[in-house]
Amino acid sequence: MVTVSEVQTEAQFEEVAPKKPWTKVAVDLARRQPLGVFGLAIVIVMIIAAVLADVVAPFNPLEEHFDAMLAAPGTDGYLLGTDEFGRDILSRLIYGSRTALLVGFVCAIVGSTAGLVLGVASAYFGGLFDLVLQRILDVFMAFPLIILALAVVATLGPGFENVMIAIIIPFIPQCARVVRANALAIREIPYVDAARALGFSDARIILRHMVPNVMAPYLIMLTTFLGQAILLEASLSFLGLGVQDPIPAWGLMLTNASEFFEGSPWVAIYPGVAISLSVFGFNLFGDSVRDVLDPKLRSR
Amino acid sequence: MGKYIFKRVLLMIPTLLGAAILVFLLLRMAPGDICAVRYLGTGMAISEDQIQLCREQLGLDKPQLLQFFDFVWGYFIFDLGTSMWTGQPVAHEIGIRFELSLQVAVMATIVATVIAIPLGIISAVRQNTITDYVVRGFAIAGIAIPSFWLGLMIILGLLVVTQAWFGEPWMPPIQFKSIWEDPAHNLAQLIWPAVATGYRYSAVATRMTRSAMLEVLREDYVRTARAKGMTEKIVINRHALKNALLPVVTILALEFAFLMGGLVVTEQVFNLNGLGNLMVDGVERQDFTMTQNLVMLVVIVFVFTNLLTDLCYAWLDPRIRYS
Amino acid sequence: MSKYARFALALAVGTGLAMGASGPAKAETPKKGGILNFIVAAESPSYDGHKESTFAMVHPTRPFYSLLIRVNPENPSSPTDFICDLCVGDLPKPTDGGKTYTFKIKKGVKFHDGQTLTAKDLEATYNKIIFPPEGVSSVRKSFFKMVESVSAPDDETLVFKLKFASGAFIPAVATPFNYTYSAKDLKEHGYDWHEKNVNGTGAFKFKEAVAGSHVEAVRFDDFHMAGKPYLDGYKALISRKMAIRVQAIRGDRAAIEFRGFPPKQRDDLVKALGKEITVQESDWNCVLLYTPNQGRPIMQDPRVRQALTLAVDRWGGSQHLSRIAIVKTVGGIAFPNHPLAATKAELVRLNGYGTDLKASREKAKKLLAEAGKAGLKFELLNRGTDQPYKIVGTWLIGQWRQVGMEVTQRVEPTKSFYNSLRKTKEFDVSMDFNCQSVVNPIVDVSKYVGSAGNNYANFAGKDQELEDIYNQLVQEGDEAKQREIMRVMEKRALSDMAHEGITLWWYKINPHRSYVKGWKIAPSHYLNQSLDQVWLDK
Repeated sequence: MVTVSEVQTEAQFEEVAPKKPWTKVAVDLARRQPLGVFGLAIVIVMIIAAVLADVVAPFNPLEEHFDAMLAAPGTDGYLLGTDEFGRDILSRLIYGSRTALLVGFVCAIVGSTAGLVLGVASAYFGGLFDLVLQRILDVFMAFPLIILALAVVATLGPGFENVMIAIIIPFIPQCARVVRANALAIREIPYVDAARALGFSDARIILRHMVPNVMAPYLIMLTTFLGQAILLEASLSFLGLGVQDPIPAWGLMLTNASEFFEGSPWVAIYPGVAISLSVFGFNLFGDSVRDVLDPKLRSR
Repeated sequence: MGKYIFKRVLLMIPTLLGAAILVFLLLRMAPGDICAVRYLGTGMAISEDQIQLCREQLGLDKPQLLQFFDFVWGYFIFDLGTSMWTGQPVAHEIGIRFELSLQVAVMATIVATVIAIPLGIISAVRQNTITDYVVRGFAIAGIAIPSFWLGLMIILGLLVVTQAWFGEPWMPPIQFKSIWEDPAHNLAQLIWPAVATGYRYSAVATRMTRSAMLEVLREDYVRTARAKGMTEKIVINRHALKNALLPVVTILALEFAFLMGGLVVTEQVFNLNGLGNLMVDGVERQDFTMTQNLVMLVVIVFVFTNLLTDLCYAWLDPRIRYS
Repeated sequence: MSKYARFALALAVGTGLAMGASGPAKAETPKKGGILNFIVAAESPSYDGHKESTFAMVHPTRPFYSLLIRVNPENPSSPTDFICDLCVGDLPKPTDGGKTYTFKIKKGVKFHDGQTLTAKDLEATYNKIIFPPEGVSSVRKSFFKMVESVSAPDDETLVFKLKFASGAFIPAVATPFNYTYSAKDLKEHGYDWHEKNVNGTGAFKFKEAVAGSHVEAVRFDDFHMAGKPYLDGYKALISRKMAIRVQAIRGDRAAIEFRGFPPKQRDDLVKALGKEITVQESDWNCVLLYTPNQGRPIMQDPRVRQALTLAVDRWGGSQHLSRIAIVKTVGGIAFPNHPLAATKAELVRLNGYGTDLKASREKAKKLLAEAGKAGLKFELLNRGTDQPYKIVGTWLIGQWRQVGMEVTQRVEPTKSFYNSLRKTKEFDVSMDFNCQSVVNPIVDVSKYVGSAGNNYANFAGKDQELEDIYNQLVQEGDEAKQREIMRVMEKRALSDMAHEGITLWWYKINPHRSYVKGWKIAPSHYLNQSLDQVWLDK
């Protein structure tokens, strides 16, 4: 693995996205990664729901119907029932997918990209910079995820943006650590020295030669974070530190439901299912991405 | 090996110090203070001078640098200070909850191990079959389901089912009794959170067992063993499993460390008086001394677990030591 | 007394009706024995009644102590029915033009450690509460501003000398936090000793406490009321989550929770357990408000503030919210049903209390347009507590949306909520509340005056007229005139200037296991918690 030439590594990377007709790719993938495709399907449904929320949602998610508070599923056109304010649960779930996707993607992308930058820079520059940065990352890595997120959100206060920051911060060192380990291996390859000897700039070497070669671990971390972010948001919401009403958000719906679920179980069941299903989808998809990208685990 | 251990232990010092600084600053950057929680939250008219008096008595007017020094120095003289909320020594408050948290962590680990290792092996051996998909689906679902939601559902389920079957609704006890004092009461309370967290935990471990097994099954010596005509059972049990266990044990150890203080949400659901609950209370009340020491405790356990697993790796794989 | 009789009757009837299946409490013979398990939703920092202000201290520790006087446990819904606890006979009539109160102290009262109580102990207790030494905390000493001195001329006599006659004195003495300590304990162990130690004359003795988990107590055999207490002991179990508290009663891990449950939980419990659950309900001396911050330019125009209150459908809200939140009664600044409170006919004349909702909302839109603030956008600061803050806050946002306002919500945990409210003053409109123990409207409404320490609307010094009205109210002795002035003040504060918007008054609901007898609901979760009269019908 340490002695692969540039040509080989690039070819290997190419393999991830082979230039075949997409239908064939899809069929191929479905056969090799049925779970991943199932996961992807869930994610796609979520994305469609989020994009078309205005069209598909039967009600305004904020509209209160005091004549139908905690209505059971199926009554008066409320397919999944209503919550304590008579707001349509289905509509809130559909709009909630926007919040979930936003939290998931923003946290995952920002967290893993920041990790990518730090990890590659740390590996490339080495020396004191690497040492100091690694010690700082060590500090952040010393906290369990939820504890660090809890501490950060307690400092910043609850709210949409703050929750995302609280989720992103613990992600960064995790990704940086993995990326650095991979980037270190690349750095050992003679061509990086050669490129340097040829007088290429640091930026060029990093962008052209190092970043592409750590895309696999980067993407693996990114997909892992997607589900984690949604779960973390739900957990912080449960502690009262997450997204706040009236924004439709699953974690928040579940939290509010914990007051009412005894007599009206649907208020807790559906948001719980929505969270579980979406995280399930993201994780299945992420697992397959890992299987495809991590040659060591690829099936024979 | 001695040199490697020394190097690793040395590296822990900046990590722990950094964590202490981070916790200290984060807590004090948060707006509001403990005296406001204590007196204003009740809606009664309390005069400002009483609140000021409370601040003085808790030492909140001392310079921050001095407060930080007190905090760190406490670890050298084994005095973690007193909780700003209860006025009891922090070590005492932690001690009360330690047994519960430890027991839940141990029970959840047992649940997880019992589920994860067989499932992981089956899944790896039958890779890409229906069995594999079902196991992976089960495992990923474990990660996807919020454990506090599972907890709420378990309690509600118990109440509804027992009322339907026995006429009287039953719920787990809400007060902790030591397993040595009253084992039936103790298990009736803790088995449920252990299952709820153990499932999630097993999911992580199942996935790790599976991938570790897959990796090992591809190694040359396993192929050799197979080529020599050994039965699949012997190949797996004697050769593959032994070598695949290390990463599995690692993940179990890390999860265990996490459970010791990280059950912040699940403990709320089951009304467990454990370390996670203490942490949530500490954060909510802005109880600096309690929260910073508790977070540091979790961090120390976490860092030491990491160290131990790394040392295990190094011991088993000499290449790590010399790199 | 007559002025309160009507009120007491109204509440008593309400309570009786609410007793539901079991009917009004009949004179049953109490049974002895048993342990009462009850739930407390929070944990108190200490056991020192003089230093704390939370129900989480009152519920587990009030039975350890006696008060000089207390609310009548047989009639706790009355705001003036106080009876002697450590004193003898009826409450003393003041002499010296209302400036001297002389209490005769009960003989032979024992502390848990065997000491005998004398007037000297009460003298030491009240001196600690009213005149604490420098550096000793006594959070309610301002309740006793009228007291000049406390003395015990002999072991059976306690004398309070007042600076001026005041109707607020007796309710202040009846405040449930005034635990009676022994003079010897205070002298020997210091003023902080009671934070962690217990030695009282109450019906129960401290047995055990585990931080974060429970407080356990056993019967005090030498209790000063013959035959009492009925229980062998009790256990106060701490549980932070509402779901757990309700489930604990459903699963009979606990028999009662004294603070109050939301209506939905009451319905669920009754549905699940039928006659095994008894429900007691009462108006609650707590009110949920919203406070516009007049430090912010958008909230300085009274027309904007009037529009805020006009948009709110209180009568409808009462109906809807009382099904999901611990609020119910529409009221003005004084505790509803109290003789000093507004009748419905008086209320509907105020902005935002009208019965024609459409007209009110049209008027709100018109006022907003006139003020140049149509489609007003602002943020509502709220406290991170579900009941009733977050529910009523979310409802309010929906109300304001009806007149074209666009409101977002910023929820903060208690610690930072009060920081934003008092220190940084960074909010447009905030939820706010006023919650007292003994019902005493003239004192309680001080919150609405701009200069009050717990008024967060930031208009201190800008509404002298309101200050004058309040001063007039305090100095008025005649009940009918007090009532008139109260109306003027109400109109000024809530309607004309709309400094504050009252949403709804809280409503206390205590569903409990039917085998709990002898406990009667009071209009405050601080009151009637001595538990000496409680027994179990098992």
